[in-house]
Amino acid sequence: MTAVNPSQVEVELVPEAGEVVSSGSPWRLVGRTFAQNRLAIIGVVVIVILVLFCYLGPLIYSTDQINPNLAATNLPPGAGHPLGTDSSGFNILGRLMEGGQSSLEVGFVVGIVSTLLGLIYGAVSGYFGGFLDGLMMRIVDVGLAIPLVFLFIFMAQIYKPSLDLLIVLLVIVTWLIPARLVRGEALALRTREYVQAVKVMGGTPWRIIVRHLIPNTIGTIVVTVTFGIANSILTLAVLQYLGFGLPPTTPTWGSMLSDGVTSLQDGYWWQVYPALIIIVITVVAFNFIGDALQDAFDVRLQER
Amino acid sequence: MTGFIIRRLGQSVIVVLGVTLIVFIMLHLLPGSLARDILGSRATAQAIAQFNHQNHLDQPFVIQYWYFLKQLLHGNLGYSYQFNRSVDSLLATELPRDLVLGGLSLILSLMIAIPVGIAQAVKRNKAGDYVGTGVSFILYSMPQYAIALLLIQLLSISFHVFPAEAPQGTSALSMLEHPAGLVLPVASLTLVSFAYFSRYMRSSAIDTLAQDYIRTARAKGLSERLVLTRHLLRNSLIAVVTLVGLSIPVVITGTLIIEQVFNFPGAGLEYYQAALRNDYEVMLGITVLVGVVTVVGNLVADIGYAILDPRIRY
Repeated sequence: MTAVNPSQVEVELVPEAGEVVSSGSPWRLVGRTFAQNRLAIIGVVVIVILVLFCYLGPLIYSTDQINPNLAATNLPPGAGHPLGTDSSGFNILGRLMEGGQSSLEVGFVVGIVSTLLGLIYGAVSGYFGGFLDGLMMRIVDVGLAIPLVFLFIFMAQIYKPSLDLLIVLLVIVTWLIPARLVRGEALALRTREYVQAVKVMGGTPWRIIVRHLIPNTIGTIVVTVTFGIANSILTLAVLQYLGFGLPPTTPTWGSMLSDGVTSLQDGYWWQVYPALIIIVITVVAFNFIGDALQDAFDVRLQER
Repeated sequence: MTGFIIRRLGQSVIVVLGVTLIVFIMLHLLPGSLARDILGSRATAQAIAQFNHQNHLDQPFVIQYWYFLKQLLHGNLGYSYQFNRSVDSLLATELPRDLVLGGLSLILSLMIAIPVGIAQAVKRNKAGDYVGTGVSFILYSMPQYAIALLLIQLLSISFHVFPAEAPQGTSALSMLEHPAGLVLPVASLTLVSFAYFSRYMRSSAIDTLAQDYIRTARAKGLSERLVLTRHLLRNSLIAVVTLVGLSIPVVITGTLIIEQVFNFPGAGLEYYQAALRNDYEVMLGITVLVGVVTVVGNLVADIGYAILDPRIRY
């Protein structure tokens, strides 16, 4: 992968004092800065544990998450159900694993797909500039000005809510931010000498965008994917609280939390806190990683 | 500068038009007929046709959109047939109350977030910075309703300090007469914005600290206090303009979730209830208003930035 243009690397690797330090490849530099950030390491470890918990957990700790057990509703934590049961008698620990699968999947798919969409859109807009850029960015502005909830209420009126529909809707609202960020970078990158050189050598716009602009925005891309995952998990939880949820056969952490909130008054705390804590832990972990990546890719801010 | 403002205004008008067009198209895609909703299922075909004619609903889409725009230009946001009131009159009572909620929490969160963010930037990667980062990340990572519900659980159910419901006064002033009921909604919204604001201030201050003029100021022997107040604080404050600009929609039209949790009688709650009772005219009106306010907020942020930072040339 030709991630960074060689001439650029040289400039950045020579500190202003003129003394040359051996730093290895730019990827090693990024990796080292990332690894120095303790919070980032915690974030990565937490995500790995969560993925194992959600996907390997049900193999070890098997619970029935399909048939409600009305003989065992609202039980406090105890033997056989370490985190208690919910108002339909589902084992909450098992439901956290089950719900985690859909929550994480939504997060990953939305984070990656929306960033890819925004990346291509932003790179095209920024590279061509002029009228096309103006038009494409006004479309993004319109998207950002329409309240999210309106879109969801509208869709909920026409379509039956499903996980796929929620993913599509979340992508529709999430791709706007990466589009804008990448466009800003492409606008700056297209005036660089190496882009001019490709143009002079007869490179097509598509080649410039795919081979030269997009690889140089890799920092922005990685960071937006991480934040995108965190935000989609959170947005999903908020939407389910407002009642645009999924059928009970597809539990998510958000639906567990919003169902449990109604029983907080009854003192069934175990129906609220496990889901809330796991949402917060997941989102915090992704944000730690995103934040560290942002620092790692932003060479200017590193302490020399 | 004037050229920039004019160009930016032109863009904003286009974006507002885009918002109205998309919202109008979406409402047209919804199933059902307004005439049937209002006149009932036993209305005669003649009555339906008459209603449609009176409300221009028998016209082509483009003409209907034109009528809709004309109404908007006159400041008419629509009519709630279910309440038999204009959306304007609904909002006229709700927006001042949102101003109380949003304004108070904007001021509070700025007052807390600016010093915290700058202190974190100065002590970057020290223990204090990690604690600040941890707190704002946890707040930021909680769904908004969870923050509000935890506050209710703690301060209203466990310890009966503040009521869990916002005051239901008819005017903004009567809301202020019952400050106890305002505490929890304002505190929730403040915590939500604080998480974003302090992160933003921190990274903006870190950017400023990396500037050459800070190094120069230190190199010429300026005391750390002067460097921080004269050079860092003043330059970081430019970022506040952006924050205020982006908060304008919340201050003016409120936030749906916080209002829903506390039953705060503002535009956000109205919007939520309109959605539950399928009152599309109200939803349309509020959506357009939020769109306009968002665009204006961005405009204010951009122009304010350009005025305050003389380095920015357009």
